[in-house]
Amino acid sequence: MKRLLPMLAIFSLFLAGCGREDLSVLRPQGPVAQGQYDLIKLSISIMLVVLVIVFAISAYVIIKFRRRPEHTEMPEQVEGNFKLEVIWTVIPLILVLVLAVPTVKEVFAFGEDHANDKNAIQVKVNAHQYWWEFEYPQFGITTAQDLIIPTNKKIAFELKTSDVIHSFWVPSLSGKLDTNPDGTLNRFSFSAPKEGVYRGKCAELCGPSHGFMEFKVKSVSPESFETWKAAMKAPMVAIEDKALAETFKNQCLTCHAVGDQGTAVGPNLTGVGSRESVASILLNSETNDEGNPVLENMKEWLHDPQLVKPGNKMPSPKDLGLTDAEIDGIAEYLANYKLEY
Amino acid sequence: MAHAHSVKRYKGLMDWLTTVDHKKIAILYLLSGGLFFAIGGFEAILIRLQLIKPMNDMLEAQTFNELITMHGTTMIFLGVMPIVFALMNAIIPLQIGARDVAFPFLNSLGFWTFLFGGILLNLSWVMGGAPDAGWTSYTPLSSTMYSPSHGVDFYTVGLQIAGLGTLIGGLNFLATIITMRAPGMSYMRMPMFTWASFVTSAMILFAFPAITVGLVLLTFDRVLGANFFNVDGGGNPVLWQHIFWIFGHPEVYILILPAFGIISEVIPTFARKRLFGYSSMVFATILIAFLGFMVWAHHMFTTGLGPVANALFSISTMLIAVPTGIKIFNWLFTMWGGQVKFNTANLFAVGFIPTFTMGGVTGVMLASAPADFQFHDTYFVVAHFHYVIVGGMVFGLLSGLHYWWPKMFGRVLNETLGKWTFWTFAIGFHMTFFVQHFLGLMGMQRRVFTYLPNQGFDTMNLVSTVGAFLMGVGIIFFTINIIKSFMQPKGCANDPWEDGRTLEWTIPSPPPEYNFKQIPLVRGLDAYWKEKAAGNTEMTPAEPIGPIHMPSPTIIPFVMSVGIFIAGLGLMFSGEEFSSSFMSFIFNNWIVCGLGLLITFGSMLMRSLFDDHGWHIEPEEFEEEGYKHG
Repeated sequence: MKRLLPMLAIFSLFLAGCGREDLSVLRPQGPVAQGQYDLIKLSISIMLVVLVIVFAISAYVIIKFRRRPEHTEMPEQVEGNFKLEVIWTVIPLILVLVLAVPTVKEVFAFGEDHANDKNAIQVKVNAHQYWWEFEYPQFGITTAQDLIIPTNKKIAFELKTSDVIHSFWVPSLSGKLDTNPDGTLNRFSFSAPKEGVYRGKCAELCGPSHGFMEFKVKSVSPESFETWKAAMKAPMVAIEDKALAETFKNQCLTCHAVGDQGTAVGPNLTGVGSRESVASILLNSETNDEGNPVLENMKEWLHDPQLVKPGNKMPSPKDLGLTDAEIDGIAEYLANYKLEY
Repeated sequence: MAHAHSVKRYKGLMDWLTTVDHKKIAILYLLSGGLFFAIGGFEAILIRLQLIKPMNDMLEAQTFNELITMHGTTMIFLGVMPIVFALMNAIIPLQIGARDVAFPFLNSLGFWTFLFGGILLNLSWVMGGAPDAGWTSYTPLSSTMYSPSHGVDFYTVGLQIAGLGTLIGGLNFLATIITMRAPGMSYMRMPMFTWASFVTSAMILFAFPAITVGLVLLTFDRVLGANFFNVDGGGNPVLWQHIFWIFGHPEVYILILPAFGIISEVIPTFARKRLFGYSSMVFATILIAFLGFMVWAHHMFTTGLGPVANALFSISTMLIAVPTGIKIFNWLFTMWGGQVKFNTANLFAVGFIPTFTMGGVTGVMLASAPADFQFHDTYFVVAHFHYVIVGGMVFGLLSGLHYWWPKMFGRVLNETLGKWTFWTFAIGFHMTFFVQHFLGLMGMQRRVFTYLPNQGFDTMNLVSTVGAFLMGVGIIFFTINIIKSFMQPKGCANDPWEDGRTLEWTIPSPPPEYNFKQIPLVRGLDAYWKEKAAGNTEMTPAEPIGPIHMPSPTIIPFVMSVGIFIAGLGLMFSGEEFSSSFMSFIFNNWIVCGLGLLITFGSMLMRSLFDDHGWHIEPEEFEEEGYKHG
């Protein structure tokens, strides 16, 4: 019975669903994740066969060959059995071959390089403790945290890090790949046939806020993508209050870029109000069915960044000398800085 | 003539500090391994408590990272491996009919360096923060730039010192098994546990130098400002990953092979049948060890090694399933046709088979590189390696401890408590780790200190935490059982299981200092069983009764290890600015480090200059034989 429990558990879990559509490996939303899922299914099936055999023999042996009071004679001492041993050497070999062939095929398919593919959209992913920078060299656009892609296009990634090793993972679209420092950059590609927002995560321990280093992949129609590109290139929306604008320029734009202004050290903030989250971990209720309004999130973040994301590199605005009113003003500006696409 | 010089015999604490007796060193290993195992277990409970619900703020992120790092490092290097060494020390000389290991002095040195390395590593908790870069300590996260506390220094220096002990132990067992087998015990008559330990020791010999080199390089990077893993200085962080896993993967087999050996002893004893396919078991063990060195890059599929490397390492990894499968079926067919008795030792051994198989099949799934892109660094992997290490290794150890406890301590563990241990631990184990497969597949990456709600992770994490507590209860039952066993008098039979097959069951429990009054003559595999089947009650001796030469107890290994410990601390803090100028002076001018090295090398000099001839036990001093079964 104990051995049946895991099987029952499997089935009950399958019935309960296999996780979120935008997050689960078991609900692939793109061809790359689908290919990997097929391989997972194949390997699970082979391995279930193995498990069933081993469990069945175990159960039989455990029940049948218990020691009983009438056992006074010693059992026959069997040295081995050549035939049996050949069988349980050859059958696993065959099973391994069945798995090895599609594995090798997939390995090479996944290894295809689309770096020079004119039809693919090139994206340079630059990972930082604890945020993601996405650069589109073909369009001269840089953004952060939300990766916007058009549906049905090959997205060719080049992954690098500017500090420690991270790992770029969008479970429902593709498996992960590490972001290494210069010299060992990685390339791969995926595509998303359906419109939607997919959750991405950092999968390599990278410091205290490793668990909060999330990002989103937003797949939009090709038309929307064009609109978004244009919106990203528009100049920065000005802050009406002159004093606040000055503070923003002196304190924020020294690290952040917004539109055509600022410096690209921290995350690019163009259109940050229309993103899925603030600081990747405070979900915005405007686009998610959970979380808080973007303005509230923005205030929470700016008032104490370390509380939201321990160990992050952004100086606390309070330490920079900003007053509560200034922080709220900037939060309001950023929360309302939305892109239409 | 035999008493040419007398030897000082110590009592109490001094006896334990100076002992070179393999049986006492085994107990020392067991005690310290058990202590570290408890620390690692406590860390695990804290980790699971933090993950019991989403967005839990019980622990800080930094503390959580220190806990996961120390949990992994402690369990592998300081918890499980020493308990393996405890069993190897306690049993191997007895199984091969020897009076001690080949190098008793080295044996003691190996233990003390391990213990001081372990203590050094754990001192980090009270000396400015534990290591926080994961047990794998990937660079650049483990560099001084991203891990500025001394935590990782404790890791590199502590593990180098402890690793020294492991390497010494491995060498010692190789030499012991090669040179000290009783007359008639050819390689192919060695008990399976001895075989497994032999192969394990060979693996230690090749694997531990790799990690030592890696740790030395990382120490140089951190303490002396070298650039082995620093890209800006021309180094390469991927190099660390290779070095680590060239050690790290064989290490997994160093852990599991002795468990295979234990299972191969326990099952035949309680099934009353010889091990099915002994020679194929031996070759499967060797093959696993060999392949174990060929698969390290499967931990690095997502590092970006390119399709050719990924394909090759996928296939080599899958191949390990073949010898492992051979073992599984051989154990099952050992029971087939036998008369299987289910006491605690055998419950753990039989429970090992399906549990370990579950860990094995997920291992094959992970071997498929494209699928691993999804599995890697998620809870699926966490589930997999806990199935192998806990469901395999720890089940094996608990089986072995229940099985050999009477031999080590002369007392049998209580069966009722033992069964409670098994059922709570086994059920708790499956509760904790089975659900984690699904957590991983549903998108939960590993080593996260908390997680957002509404991702479908909440229930399973709760189940997992409850399971962890149940495992803790199992270990508490085991501890109570141990305490209770020491409340009874010593003096169980030589062969308390009545079906013992190997030489350790022919001598008293616990054995006298010299183990065998007369070295036995071995006439086949399962030497004792063979004699019993021929109607004999004891082994035929291979030598006449005579004085027995024994090694002298010595404090030198202890002092030598203290020296290394001090030198390690001196090295780590050589660049530290202390508030006290005296402290800064002695550390920054390498005085502390030098002092430690002086102690160590001075001890070595002492050992070399003064000959130790050992001493003899005369036949009239032999202990009264304990009463025998049958």
